[in-house]
Amino acid sequence: MNGVAPVYAPSPRGALGALGVLATVIRRDLLLALRRKSEVLTSLFFFVIVVSLFPLGIGPEMALLRTIAPGVLWVAALLAAMLSLNRLFASDYADGTLEQMVLSPAPLGLLVIGKIMAHWLVSGLPLVLIAPVLGLQYDLAPRPLAVLILSLLIGTPLLSLIGAIGASLTLGVRGGGVLLSLLTLPLYIPALIFGAGAVEADISGLGAAGHLSLLAGLLALAGFFAPWATTAGLRIALE
Amino acid sequence: MQWNSIGEFFAMGGYALYVWGSFGITALALLIEPLLLRKRQSDVLDSLRRELNADKQQRKPE
Amino acid sequence: MDNKIIHWFKFGSPQTFYPLAGKMVPWFWALAAIFLVVGLWLGFFVAPTDAVQGEAYRIIFIHVPASWMSMFLYVVMACWAGIGLALNTRLSSMMASAIAPTGAMFAFLSLWTGALWGKPMWGTWWVWDARLTSELILLFLYLGFMALQAAIDEPRRADKAGAILALVGVVNVPVIYFSVKWWNTLHQGASISMSKGSTMAVTMLWGMLVMALCFWMYSIAVALMRVRAIMLERERHTDWVKYAVE
Repeated sequence: MNGVAPVYAPSPRGALGALGVLATVIRRDLLLALRRKSEVLTSLFFFVIVVSLFPLGIGPEMALLRTIAPGVLWVAALLAAMLSLNRLFASDYADGTLEQMVLSPAPLGLLVIGKIMAHWLVSGLPLVLIAPVLGLQYDLAPRPLAVLILSLLIGTPLLSLIGAIGASLTLGVRGGGVLLSLLTLPLYIPALIFGAGAVEADISGLGAAGHLSLLAGLLALAGFFAPWATTAGLRIALE
Repeated sequence: MQWNSIGEFFAMGGYALYVWGSFGITALALLIEPLLLRKRQSDVLDSLRRELNADKQQRKPE
Repeated sequence: MDNKIIHWFKFGSPQTFYPLAGKMVPWFWALAAIFLVVGLWLGFFVAPTDAVQGEAYRIIFIHVPASWMSMFLYVVMACWAGIGLALNTRLSSMMASAIAPTGAMFAFLSLWTGALWGKPMWGTWWVWDARLTSELILLFLYLGFMALQAAIDEPRRADKAGAILALVGVVNVPVIYFSVKWWNTLHQGASISMSKGSTMAVTMLWGMLVMALCFWMYSIAVALMRVRAIMLERERHTDWVKYAVE
C-alpha cells in the first residue's frame, strides 16, 4: 500500500477542490480494491450462492419462487453488503492511513463520503448488475425485474451509508465483525421493506412508485446524516 | 368485584396459564434485576475494600 | 444565577451524585410499591371482565406499560447519551449505560406478554403485527447498544460510540415503525386492535396508567442502583471512591 499513500500528501490549498478530493479518494480506494480482487469477488459470489441456495431449500415450484424472489434477493444483497463493510475502514485504520486522513487539510466528512462511494462502487454496484441474472432464475417477469434492479440501485447506496456508521463505531473493537452485523442489520430494515416491497407492489399491480420514492427519500436522509455520524464515529475511534 | 372464590381468581376464566405466565415472568424479572444489582454493588464494594486494606497493610511496615 | 449553575454542576459529578442517588433509591422503591399495589388492585379487582376477551385481557395491565416503558427508556437513554457526548459529562453517559439493560428487559417483557396474550386471542404465539415487530427491532437496538459498549474496553470511547449509536437509533425508531406499519398494511396481515380505543373502560385505562407509573418508578430506582455500581467500578482509583467505601 506504500505506493498509494502519497495521494493524501498535503497539496496547496485550492489546487484540489472538493470534487478533486472526492475523486482522489474514490480512485485510490478503487485501485486498492482492484489489487485485492478476491475480496471484492467474495461478497459477489456470496450473493449469488445465497440466492441460489433458496430454491434448493424450498423447492423448485416457480409460483412460489416468484413470490419470494424480491425478499430473497434483497436479504441476500443486505448480507452481502454487510460482509464487505468490515473492509471499509479496517485496513486504513490498521496501516495508519486513516489517522493521516483525519490530520489532512481536506475535511474528513468529504473523505468519508468518498470512501462510502467507493465502497458502493466495489460492493454495491456489482450486486445490482448481477441481480437480473438471479432474477431470471426466479422466473421474474421483465417489469418486476426492472423494478427490482431500480430498487437495488437506490437501495444499495443506502446500505453502504448506514453500514459506514456501524463500521466506524466497531473499528478496532474486539469481535467487530459479529458486532457490526448486530448493529447494522436492524437499521437496514426500512431499506429491506421498501426495496422488496417495491417489487411486490409492482407484481400485485399497486405500482412501485410510492415505495421507490420513499426509498429515495431515505437515501437522501442517510446521505445527509450518515457521513456526519460516520465522521464522528471515526474521530472517536482514533482518539 | 367479579371473583366469587379464590379458586376462581386463580383460574382466570380458563386463561390462568396465559395471565399468570405473563404476570409471573414479569414479577420474576423485576425481582431478579434488583437482586443482581445489589450483588453487583456489594461485589464492587468488597473488592474495593480489599484493595484498600491491602494498600494499608503494605504501608504499615514502612 | 451563578449559584444555580454551580449547584447544577455539583450534582453532575459522580462524587456528589453517588450518595444522593443512594438516598433517592428507597423513595423510588416505595413509590413503585405503592403504585404496584394500586395498579394490581385496579387491574384484578376493579376492572370488569372483558366481554370479548374474557379474563385474558388482564395481560394488558403489564403488556402495554412494558411497551411504553421500553420505548420511553430508549428515548431517555439516547438523551443522556447525547448530553454526555455534547457536554462531555461522565455522569450522563453512565446514566445512559445504566438505563439500557432495564429498557431491554421491558422490551423483552412486552414481547413475552404479547406472545402469551396472542396465543389465546389469535391462536398463535407470534403475529407479524406492526407493533410487535417494531418492539422486536427495539429489543435488537438495545442489544446492539449494550453489545457495543461491552466490546469497547476504554470507558470513554464506549460512552461516545454508544451515544452515536443511540442517537442514530432514535432517529431510526420512527422510520422503522412507519415502514413496518406500512409493510403490514400492504400485506394485509394481522390487523389487530390491541387497545380497542373507545370501548376500553375508564378503569382499564387507569389500571394501565398506574402500572406504567409503577414501572417508571421501578426503572428510576433500578437505574440509580446500577449507575451507583457503574460509578464505583469506573472510578475505583479516585479519592472519592475511597472515602465512599470507608
